[in-house]
Amino acid sequence: MNAADPVVQMQDVQMVFTSVDGDRFTAVEGLDLEVGSGDVVAIVGKTGCGKSTTFNLLLGLERPTSGSIQLLGHDPHKEFDWFRSKLGVIFQTDRLLPWRTALENARVGLEILDYSEKEQNDIALQWLHKLELQGFEDAYPHELSGGMRQRVGMARAFCLTPEIFFADEAFGHLDQSTARRLREVFLELVTESRKTCLLITHNIHEALEIGSRLVILGKPGHVLADMETPTNATRAEMAEFEDRVLDIIEANEVVG
Amino acid sequence: MESEATRSELSPARAQEAWHARLLSVLAARKEPIISFGVILAAWQVASFFLPPYLVPGVGAILAAFIEIVASLTLLGDVLTTMGRIFLGLVLAFITGTILGVFMGFTETVEKYTLPVLHFIMGIPALSWVVFAIIWFSHVETRIAFILLAGCLPNYALIIHDGIKSISKEYLDMLRALRPTRKQLFSKLILPGMIPAVLTSWKVNLGLAARVVIVAELVGATRGVGNKLLLAQELFEMPKAIAWTLVLVTFLLISQFVILFLEHKLLRWRPAKQGGMAT
Ligand SMILES: Nc1ncnc2c1ncn2[C@@H]1O[C@H](COP(=O)(O)OP(=O)(O)OP(=O)(O)O)[C@@H](O)[C@H]1O
Ligand SMILES: [Mg+2]
Repeated sequence: MNAADPVVQMQDVQMVFTSVDGDRFTAVEGLDLEVGSGDVVAIVGKTGCGKSTTFNLLLGLERPTSGSIQLLGHDPHKEFDWFRSKLGVIFQTDRLLPWRTALENARVGLEILDYSEKEQNDIALQWLHKLELQGFEDAYPHELSGGMRQRVGMARAFCLTPEIFFADEAFGHLDQSTARRLREVFLELVTESRKTCLLITHNIHEALEIGSRLVILGKPGHVLADMETPTNATRAEMAEFEDRVLDIIEANEVVG
Repeated sequence: MESEATRSELSPARAQEAWHARLLSVLAARKEPIISFGVILAAWQVASFFLPPYLVPGVGAILAAFIEIVASLTLLGDVLTTMGRIFLGLVLAFITGTILGVFMGFTETVEKYTLPVLHFIMGIPALSWVVFAIIWFSHVETRIAFILLAGCLPNYALIIHDGIKSISKEYLDMLRALRPTRKQLFSKLILPGMIPAVLTSWKVNLGLAARVVIVAELVGATRGVGNKLLLAQELFEMPKAIAWTLVLVTFLLISQFVILFLEHKLLRWRPAKQGGMAT
């Protein structure tokens, strides 16, 4: 694989769910997407338009009904185990294992990658502290607030040094000021390591702040627009950009 | 830990005082069950004044019979025999039931074939199994083991199956994104995820097994609580019949307590039950 080759390549991907009653539901249809190495792509779109489903497909957790998906030149579903240690995910819901403490949850990825116990704890603690969770290392998920749980889930992802980062509304459950601080932590991590990163968000400011590119998805999951984000934009430019994005999303709604 | 350290520093007299205070507070916290049982005992005693002792023996007579059992090694042996049978039958049913439940949880084909059969078997009354066992087997212990297995295996399999099914796909996906080995997936998700179901299955089956084993022991067994109950009935010895029952219930409660203790240890991560409907 050449450096110039896209890290993520989706071609005409379709995902149809079939319920037990045989009802078919198309969640993704005709999705084409390419992401280059080191790109930070923000993905926006209406609720239920298939953003999380797209992530599941990219992670190899679901098999597309048709179309082809390549990550780092490999098929994430067919070559499932090839992706060991290559993918890092912050899920939309925290998905903390209830029987593990914050620390044990944060280090689960390191356990799977067979790090030594000392390394596991050192790295996990470092991230828990960086995410402002000191004092809660031994708390079980039900003893934490929603935002704290989400941050443990972030620590779990940040502990790893994957090739590609996926973040599904990582900052959605936090108050504005915490969200901003953590976005900075995230941005620092991503830019420092030059990781390829896909980021789903409902917050267009967040998309502008972190992403260098913005992909707007329509329903069922396909690309409506794909644009560079303005850098160092003034308030007025930001507002204008936001209006444009919302217009595109709403235009799709009317047609659909 | 902390209270133990401070206690050892107290003088003996103070320590005893503190112990009494603790006992009182423990009793006070349990005052409702103490009152309920006290009322039952009192009512029983009053009834025994008016009814013949072979129907309603006095509390004292029952207590004497109870102490006779607990104090005598051979009689206690009967209780331990019964408990041993229950335990052995349950372990056997647990192992086979867990294997079946795990297979059902992971393989849809196995699930489709076995689930309806298990539900059907669950509908068969314990007494039917007793009758079948007498016809099919001549060896007493084989009969009892068979009856326990037939009664408890479906229960174990269904509860374990349910426990595995209830492990959220979200957790599975979270771990699968990390590409774990099969062994890692089992030890990090499936095993901890099914522990609550395992504990529930033991709680349910312990009670079931105790009821079933007594019936099984009524026929052909020369030892065990069921056999002793039968003897008491033949000789019309009501105090003994009650005392034997009490001994068995006591041992069962102790076993239940052990499970509750394990549950407390293993399920520390669960949110404490916040007062339910009854407040
Ligand atoms: N496993 C599934 N089975 C059936 N339908 C599904 C499944 N997963 C998702 N869907 C459907 O696919 C559609 C897209 O879901 P998805 O979770 O991808 O939306 P989303 O864009 O992430 O929305 P949100 O912004 O609210 O998170 C929804 O209508 C959902 O009901
Ligand atoms: Mg989603």
